[in-house]
Amino acid sequence: MTSPFRQPHVHEHVHDDDGHAHDHRHPAVAGTDAAAAGRVEVEHLHFTYPDGFEALHGIDLRVEPGEKVALVGPNGAGKSTLMLHLNGIHTPSHGTVRIGGQPVDRSTIKRVRAEVGLVFQDPDDQLFSPTVFEDVAFGPIHLGYPASEIHDRVERALGVVGMTGTERRIPQRLSLGQRKRVALATVLSMDPTVLVFDEPTAGLDPRGRRDLIGLLQTLDQTLLISTHDMRLVAEIFERTVVMDEGHIVGDGPTGSILSDDAFLTSHGLERP
Amino acid sequence: MVIAFILAVTLLPIGSYVALLVAWSAIVVVSWSAQLGPLRTARSAFFALPFMLAALPLVFTRGAPHLAVIDMGPLTVAISQEGFRQFTTIALKSWVSVQAALLLSFTTPFHDLVDGLRELRLPRILIAIISFMYRYLGVLGDEAHRMNRARASRSADRGATGAGGSLLWRGRVTGSMVGSLFLRSYERSERVYAAMQARGFDGELRYLHGPRLEPRALIWFTVALGALVVYEVAAQIWGPRW
Repeated sequence: MTSPFRQPHVHEHVHDDDGHAHDHRHPAVAGTDAAAAGRVEVEHLHFTYPDGFEALHGIDLRVEPGEKVALVGPNGAGKSTLMLHLNGIHTPSHGTVRIGGQPVDRSTIKRVRAEVGLVFQDPDDQLFSPTVFEDVAFGPIHLGYPASEIHDRVERALGVVGMTGTERRIPQRLSLGQRKRVALATVLSMDPTVLVFDEPTAGLDPRGRRDLIGLLQTLDQTLLISTHDMRLVAEIFERTVVMDEGHIVGDGPTGSILSDDAFLTSHGLERP
Repeated sequence: MVIAFILAVTLLPIGSYVALLVAWSAIVVVSWSAQLGPLRTARSAFFALPFMLAALPLVFTRGAPHLAVIDMGPLTVAISQEGFRQFTTIALKSWVSVQAALLLSFTTPFHDLVDGLRELRLPRILIAIISFMYRYLGVLGDEAHRMNRARASRSADRGATGAGGSLLWRGRVTGSMVGSLFLRSYERSERVYAAMQARGFDGELRYLHGPRLEPRALIWFTVALGALVVYEVAAQIWGPRW
């Protein structure tokens, strides 16, 4: 899944049918260091909601390209708020967020959103179009790709998540597991370097969960996943970040974090 | 085409029963060729019955000649002949029109309808509203259903008098359920908007063009439209006499 089709120029119209073969590999974003593609840097991030609730109190986090990181912590710890900063849905009250070396601000937000694929917890929020095709095509269309490229990307993304042939299906007629897969395809079609996932296994039955874990293991993007599923954490993540009350309270190898019972209990977590 | 058909039917003069019969036969033929069964749309179209009741007062409010006069003590109800004609025409017109619309929705998948609307150059924002409505009606319905079930499961009755609370109290419960359904939908809309933003949405809706109308479809469309015009003119000239 490393971006064989990424192209930095943006087409103004998506209606034209000129499909060139874009087979060259571009650096992630024009004007940034290719080696930084997929790197996430968060420094002194503070965030206060409009109602005055301070959700994040100085978050520092650095994730290297291709690294797989689990983000755990009790409900209300600020995990989702942090995730919404990574592609500029929220903007920091203080501090900075850098994706692939470039700070997230008004001028870079469009490029950052192409770099960071955000998959929401409820696929009914993520899948808002009448058909699977239109949902998976939504990102590429808004990135301004030509029609033939959009069709390619949709086909490829659905192939990766094992949902080929569902293009004309209606999202609400799919099972939860299938909708989660399609939700992942809607961001894979944008060819992101960073994937951010909120609760990928929540609500899935054992088989759906197993399938999704298998799928997550095949992805080679930088992966940041927020979850309560400690078995999932133990199984596929080398590094775990623990959040509580808007702070990062633990960051290290999954093995050592999950073996510290006292630490886990004090932050409302448990050993898998 | 369906809109043109409905327009033609609506514009028929009062009392053109033969013309309405012709229009209905057209629907029956089309639904038969679509393997829907001729009476499927006819049956489903009865859901529009309550709307036909709006035309019912016409029967009693038009003047003489009267078909019948019913004496009910101090009240006298007169059934006007002209009013009756108007009412039956309106009822039949709406029944036939609803069938035409149903035929379209039975035979055409939703995304083809949306493609068609785009082809007709309907404003994008309207198309977006229609497709969001279609997408989230089911989700909203599910949420309402779950809330109802949660209420039902706690609405126990131990046989005592006054079980179930007063009407006012039940009204308040229902009201707050509607309110929380609205809040949930509102919150969902925020999350959907965030999901759209996350994929590059900047306020302008963009679509990939669906397949263009084929020339053959265009020819059929023109032929059918021509037939409708002839039909309408004929009905206007001879209609009232039938």
